[in-house]
Amino acid sequence: MENLIALLVGAPLLGAAVLLCGGRRLDKTGHWIGTLLAAVSFAIGLALFVDMLGKSADDRALHQRLYTWIPVEGFQADIAFQLDQLSMTFVLLISGVGTLIHVYSIGYMEHDERRRRFFGYLNLFVAAMLLLVLADNYLLLYFGWEGVGLASYLLIGFWQHKPSAATAAKKAFLVNRVGDMGLSIAIMIMFTTFGTFAFGPVLGAAGEASEGTLTAIGLMLLLAACGKSAQVPLQSWLGDAMEGPTPVSALIHAATMVTAGVYLIVRSADIFNAAPDAQTVVVVVGAVTLLFGAIVGCAKDDIKKALAGSTMSQIGYMILAAGLGPIGYVFAIMHLVTHGFFKAGLFLGAGSVMHGMNDEVDMRRYGGLRKYMPVTFVTFGLGYLAIIGFPGLSGFFSKDMIIEAAFAKGGTQGWILGSVTLLGAAITAYYMTRVMLMTFFGEKRWQADAEGHEPHPHESPKSMTIPMILLAFGSVFAGGIFGVGDRFVHWLEPVTGYAHGHPPISAAAVTSATVAVMVIGVGVAYLQYGRRPVPVVAPRGSLLTRAARRDLLQDDFNHAVFVRGGTHLTRSLVYVDHSLVDGVVNGTAASVGGLSGRLRKLQNGYARSYAVSMFGGTAVLIAATLLMRAV
Amino acid sequence: MNPVNYLYLAALLFTIGAAGVLIRRNAIVVFMCVELMLNACNLAFVAFSRMHGNLDGQIFAFFTMVVAAAEVVVGLAIIVSVFRARHSASVDDASLMKL
Amino acid sequence: MSFPLLTVTAAVPAVGAILTAAVPAARRTAAKWLALLVSLATLVLAAVVFVRFEPGGERYQLTESHSWIKDFGVRYELGVDGIGVALIALTALLIPFIVLAGWHDADQEASSKRWRPTQGFFALILMVEAMVILSFEATDVFLFYVLFEAMLIPMYFLIGGFGDRAHAGSDENAAAQRSYAAVKFLLYNLVGGLIMLAAVIGLYVVAGNFSLTEIAEARANGTLDMATNTERLLFLGFFFAFAVKAPLWPLHTWLPNAMGEATAPVAVLITAVVDKVGTFAMLRFCLGLFPEASQWATPAIIVLALISIVYGALVAVGQRDIKRLVAYASISHFGFIILGIFAMTSQGQSGATLYMVNHGISTAALMLVAGFLISRRGSRLIADYGGVQKVAPVLAGTFLIGGLATLSLPGLAPFVSEFLVLVGTYARYPVAGVIATTGIVLAALYTLVLYQRTMTGPVKEEVRSLPDLRARELAVAVPLIAVLIFLGVFPKPLTDVVNPAVRHTMSDVQQTDPQPAIQTVEAAK
Repeated sequence: MENLIALLVGAPLLGAAVLLCGGRRLDKTGHWIGTLLAAVSFAIGLALFVDMLGKSADDRALHQRLYTWIPVEGFQADIAFQLDQLSMTFVLLISGVGTLIHVYSIGYMEHDERRRRFFGYLNLFVAAMLLLVLADNYLLLYFGWEGVGLASYLLIGFWQHKPSAATAAKKAFLVNRVGDMGLSIAIMIMFTTFGTFAFGPVLGAAGEASEGTLTAIGLMLLLAACGKSAQVPLQSWLGDAMEGPTPVSALIHAATMVTAGVYLIVRSADIFNAAPDAQTVVVVVGAVTLLFGAIVGCAKDDIKKALAGSTMSQIGYMILAAGLGPIGYVFAIMHLVTHGFFKAGLFLGAGSVMHGMNDEVDMRRYGGLRKYMPVTFVTFGLGYLAIIGFPGLSGFFSKDMIIEAAFAKGGTQGWILGSVTLLGAAITAYYMTRVMLMTFFGEKRWQADAEGHEPHPHESPKSMTIPMILLAFGSVFAGGIFGVGDRFVHWLEPVTGYAHGHPPISAAAVTSATVAVMVIGVGVAYLQYGRRPVPVVAPRGSLLTRAARRDLLQDDFNHAVFVRGGTHLTRSLVYVDHSLVDGVVNGTAASVGGLSGRLRKLQNGYARSYAVSMFGGTAVLIAATLLMRAV
Repeated sequence: MNPVNYLYLAALLFTIGAAGVLIRRNAIVVFMCVELMLNACNLAFVAFSRMHGNLDGQIFAFFTMVVAAAEVVVGLAIIVSVFRARHSASVDDASLMKL
Repeated sequence: MSFPLLTVTAAVPAVGAILTAAVPAARRTAAKWLALLVSLATLVLAAVVFVRFEPGGERYQLTESHSWIKDFGVRYELGVDGIGVALIALTALLIPFIVLAGWHDADQEASSKRWRPTQGFFALILMVEAMVILSFEATDVFLFYVLFEAMLIPMYFLIGGFGDRAHAGSDENAAAQRSYAAVKFLLYNLVGGLIMLAAVIGLYVVAGNFSLTEIAEARANGTLDMATNTERLLFLGFFFAFAVKAPLWPLHTWLPNAMGEATAPVAVLITAVVDKVGTFAMLRFCLGLFPEASQWATPAIIVLALISIVYGALVAVGQRDIKRLVAYASISHFGFIILGIFAMTSQGQSGATLYMVNHGISTAALMLVAGFLISRRGSRLIADYGGVQKVAPVLAGTFLIGGLATLSLPGLAPFVSEFLVLVGTYARYPVAGVIATTGIVLAALYTLVLYQRTMTGPVKEEVRSLPDLRARELAVAVPLIAVLIFLGVFPKPLTDVVNPAVRHTMSDVQQTDPQPAIQTVEAAK
């Protein structure tokens, strides 16, 4: 069975190669090829999954070693895969949701003349993401890590003719590169400490290294995770990334790629377990981002950016859970999977709304769409109920577990984290209700655009609604399937380890608190947006609202410090290079030239003065000889 | 007679020749002064030959004469052609080679 | 006597150069095809060298040795180690593409009746190839020196005589700029060479011969003792020349001028081929002849290399001219190469050697495609472009891949080498390793800014009618990209050759790799 692992990656990679090199002749069939190969990957994943279920928990992990990638003295990097329960979870999520989104894109991108290329990029993404989660060493993981970054860059900037899209793509790649720097430094530390960077030996020997080293590795891995998963302080790219086509936002910037940071931390559990300081930082980052994303999500009028804020916030939950150690790893992944379903569903719903509304993204120009798009409304609504944690739906299970684990951290920390997660849950309920009400309820607020086209909201074609329906099923039932009887815990425990946390208050109390804050959040939003008509032009709002609309001024900060500072730095360096470094060179040349110009004056052309210098020279020579002899 | 006196004479002739080369502008005169310096050297060679009692100096003197004769041929030819071209025999006028 | 394979490999392009130059004025196209054929024949020979070389065998193989100037003990002595083999392969691989890319570059000057410019252009390129290949083979210090200097002559004419047509400004101004660049290139490198000459003579005085192998052996077994200061001075003399050629900050300012003014293929020839002689010589001569002085100078050189990396990248961001941008990017990359060499670890030096090869290929891909772009629009300024991907998607795609290789994306060859250099550096100098890592962010910055400004956004009026890549241009771009991808996922053929040579170099400098703090089970195997 293990020989199939390479095919998981190989199938979509083949698709990408065929579609990107195939040229125009594949324009008609390209999207089918792309979808088929993604589905092949999913089918192989399912087969491996069934096979894995048949084995006992301890020998479920499969390995496949293809060949040595970089053989250099003392440095061995293999192209080798490892498929264990954690990877399997991701494989199914990536290829499953990926296939659905391929199907969705067939309809969504129907009128785009570069659809073939879009599918090529999507296939490339699926291949790179699978490589990331299947790698059995950190360097190969880095390969996939940068690969998904590339795919993300290409897809965000898919509509390159829009300067905003091109800028957003560049920004995403650059911010991610800062994170990648962290990952590569982490690998360097691992190599110097352990002499290898394969998961097995590094994680096996993690306990022997000094805590300082492990903390350094942990922090660098966290930096990488921050970049990829849009966590504070590297979160600024995610909002802009919504410039990409909506299926991309659903697949890459909601369900899969942005969760790679969580995967990295959970995968490196052994390192973090032995580095409590690093864990604390992870928890803090998660908690801060959780609130940050939620607050931003409350203020955005662009439906995709509101959802992006929400993604950030939900990943904050996961990172926080991952930082809690063995009591949280499993729930981080569980929330990751359920989030994958409902957030992908929400994004596809948003895409469907935009599809029917002439690509309008401003929620203030929606309103009352439930009558026009019933399927979208129902699927979006189920995703909505899942994300706010409506009892019984998938988000309820996974989020509740994380809140419980946060309380179980113990001590003051536990109370603070617990309160933060509860607060986050309340805000989540608030902003999601806001999105729901502004989009599907109330009066219609859309108008004709500048060219006089009035949108005619309509339901999307089958190829788009079917993936939405399937994802809605996932949003509703995944949590129950995973949560009841601790199935997910048992599934992942052999890989990540699990310790049952004991919250200072009873689990039932936590659950009722969760439900209570959710009701409060929904209620406040209803009072604000359900009872009153929504103004088409956004009111000025409070200081916080205005700051949140600008992503809490993070972009302004980046712009002021890094962009302007960097521009000044490069300009002055260009000047230095030209005037100082090159100036010294040209100055030397000029002074040599000047000196020779002066010496030239001695050559006045008069034979007699040459004769004088000859005689003078001779006299000096003779005098010198005599003098030497005398001495 | 003390042969050293010939050396004094040679030095005197050489100085006169050198002064002439430095001071005079007429190419012919400069040229003659160069000859004077050469002959002063010849005189010194011969005097040394006498003092050391061997013939080396005299042989050198002959060489010098031969070279001087050759030089006269080339030098005079140049002076004449310069004169033809520029209607002047002044060495200061021939300063065209400077940059 | 066995077949003199190394001599023949270098002689074929040299003879080809003479033949190309002799093609009658009217038969321009024939000269081009001849040059292409000769460069392909050289490639075949280089492939034979690559195959015949046994990684596990002697350090220097395929050796040849003849007396040249008996009185001074100068010999015509050739031999290749793995590093030389890799670089010969790189040179032989790139020249056909340079010829193909420069197919029409010398056509325009044909209107002036001075001489046979097309014939001259290709003859000079082949001449450079011959000298570069021979300098990778020379194991006699004097022979190497002669080649090191002699290759300046054809390069000078290539830069000064065949400028980039796409110049912002008048023709006269362009000619002045071009001759400034050519003279600057020549003088800069001559100064370096002069200092090296002094060191070569000094070495002869101290050692009594010019043979690299003999001197290195005598040094190793203690029969040749050098005073510490003598060794350091000689080392500096050699290193200065190589640092000019490489180029290392602050001796780099000739490169942007030269690359900016030369045609794109010549710019590739400079940075991808000729400059490699500098870094190659650091490995072979500086480390091989002066191991102790090398270690003495290491801290300073590492600092300079780090400055090169960061400074080159930052200045690249601020460039307005596409070719100058690539030139500064190259300066940054040369910083990585030198860093790897002087980190004195196996990973660093293997990485540096691979880096030389990979940088050559990736820069060639990026620069040649940029040259195709520039020749279409007739401008080197970034601001004159915009939205090219809409009108010429294949051109934009190949340009992007070249750029991604430049920023060391995993899956493309430069990643492997850059990562090895970083790991190798970190193992010995953690701080330097971390500072160098910032280079990967900056590389992404200048590459993506370049791509964004030229290829994306609304289509500019002037680029609306640009044609996409033609067949000849595709024949240049596609194989280079294929090699980049191949070496990115399977660098083994190259590392197999390079590793033993690096082992020798490491023993030259009497260094062993730092051992990991913790012995894991797998590492112990």
